[in-house]
Amino acid sequence: MKAFITVIGDDKIGIIHGVTSILKKNNVNVLDINQTLLQDYFAMMMLVDLKEMSLGFKELKQELQMAGNEIGVTIKIQHEDIFNTMHTV
Amino acid sequence: MVNFQNIMETIKMIEEEKLDIRTITMGISLLDCCDSSGEKSRIKIYDKITSYAEKLVKVGEDIEMEYGIPIINKRISVTPMALIAQTSADNNYVEFAKILDKAAETVGVNFIGGFSALVHKGYSKGDKILIDSIPEALAVTERICSSVNVGCTKSGINMDAVRDMGQTIKKTAYLTRERDSIGCAKLVVFANAVEDNPFMAGAFHGVGEGECVINLGISGPGVVKSALEKVRGEKFDVIADTIKKTAFKITRAGQLVATEASNRLNVPFGIVDLSLAPTPAVGDSVARILEEMGLETCGTHGTTAALALLNDAVKKGGIMASSHVGGLSGAFIPISEDEGMIEAVRNGALNLEKLEAMTCVCSVGLDMVAIPGDTPDSTIAAIIADEAAIGVINNKTTGVRIIPVHGKSLGDEVEFGGLLGRAPIMSVNKFSSYDFVHRGGRIPAPVHSFKN
Repeated sequence: MKAFITVIGDDKIGIIHGVTSILKKNNVNVLDINQTLLQDYFAMMMLVDLKEMSLGFKELKQELQMAGNEIGVTIKIQHEDIFNTMHTV
Repeated sequence: MVNFQNIMETIKMIEEEKLDIRTITMGISLLDCCDSSGEKSRIKIYDKITSYAEKLVKVGEDIEMEYGIPIINKRISVTPMALIAQTSADNNYVEFAKILDKAAETVGVNFIGGFSALVHKGYSKGDKILIDSIPEALAVTERICSSVNVGCTKSGINMDAVRDMGQTIKKTAYLTRERDSIGCAKLVVFANAVEDNPFMAGAFHGVGEGECVINLGISGPGVVKSALEKVRGEKFDVIADTIKKTAFKITRAGQLVATEASNRLNVPFGIVDLSLAPTPAVGDSVARILEEMGLETCGTHGTTAALALLNDAVKKGGIMASSHVGGLSGAFIPISEDEGMIEAVRNGALNLEKLEAMTCVCSVGLDMVAIPGDTPDSTIAAIIADEAAIGVINNKTTGVRIIPVHGKSLGDEVEFGGLLGRAPIMSVNKFSSYDFVHRGGRIPAPVHSFKN
């Protein structure tokens, strides 16, 4: 299963590190990263592979949310299909 | 891979524009639960519902978590109860309502639909008993939704049933008078009722349906409104195209969730209902979409045309996005459940007559309309007859969910709470329809040639 992680919030140092360290710890492979600054907002999306993940989806989601709270950004993880189906015919 | 903008668009739809899946509804056939003993029949009903729907809520919550799209309601619809209960010798079906309520509570769904009877041509023994049981059934239960089909294009309108439903609605309003007659909010009188509607209060599992099925109702008025804000001043061609594209995306999300729920529950996928279902929350209103098209307020002249365009474009966009479309599929225009509709009634722009005209071009009918508590039952029956005639002649579904709020009159407002919202009392015509309604008999089926 693949999922998109999206990070939105004020730009600051260490956002990518904060997210990827959780992914590394839980054996989640990053397939693609794209980031941009929308006005002053930091926006990043990451396509990740959850095949070898060492914990459940729910737990990973909670860890990411907690990390987001610490850093001060919003972190979401959603199954890739929600985006694929809505935007492709 | 989808691009950055698309991902941000989906997230914005969910976060800011209130995109959600309104309901996953499991339809369950109870045809094998008939028994000459009412008690035994009820045990079969309870056991069947609680075993089939055991995982419904859990699966809904899992999908919500993994896909990040809210699924507001998980619900159940069952075979019209009059068909099941009439095998028994019982002469009152309130106990059947209670067992449905209990089963719904056990599996954790907030509504169960199908305390219903199909009487568009006439009453069988059990149909009459069920209709007589509706007021008490809705007063003593929490989660039961009831519907009665009184007309259909192929058979005309059963005016005996129309008259009886006027009285049933009044009794229900009286028995639930302590809670602003809320029982009537769970009772729909249909013409051309559909068998696979996932939305309450009109959902039931039709006799032509399979053993068990997953139907899904989408939502998303806020997303359509927001898309139209970006094309202000453009011609209607652009408006129609924008709505179609938006409806496509919304419906695709619905189809995905329905397919996933169907796989996880190991229950066949039935249909996606394309209805734009509003809520009382700001930013989730169908009326505001119509206003976005250039109307000062919903209810003014032009509203019917705007709604016709919206309803048609939603269907055109949605049909391509789903493998099976069904249910009511169109824009819902309830009063109490739509913040913009409430406002339109409050400021005097929208009255019952205009609302009736709007129902000619959309998918439901007079929905969640509060009227004075002293409205005669014959007037309510006549309102039902008018609405049924629109459905029967135009070959479409229409429904009436009207609440004569006990003790309330013009100028008052009633608060139902939650998704049912709040409603200003609307005025009804003061002149009598008594003699008309009390003729009884049937209005014949219409001819479907010589269309004009």
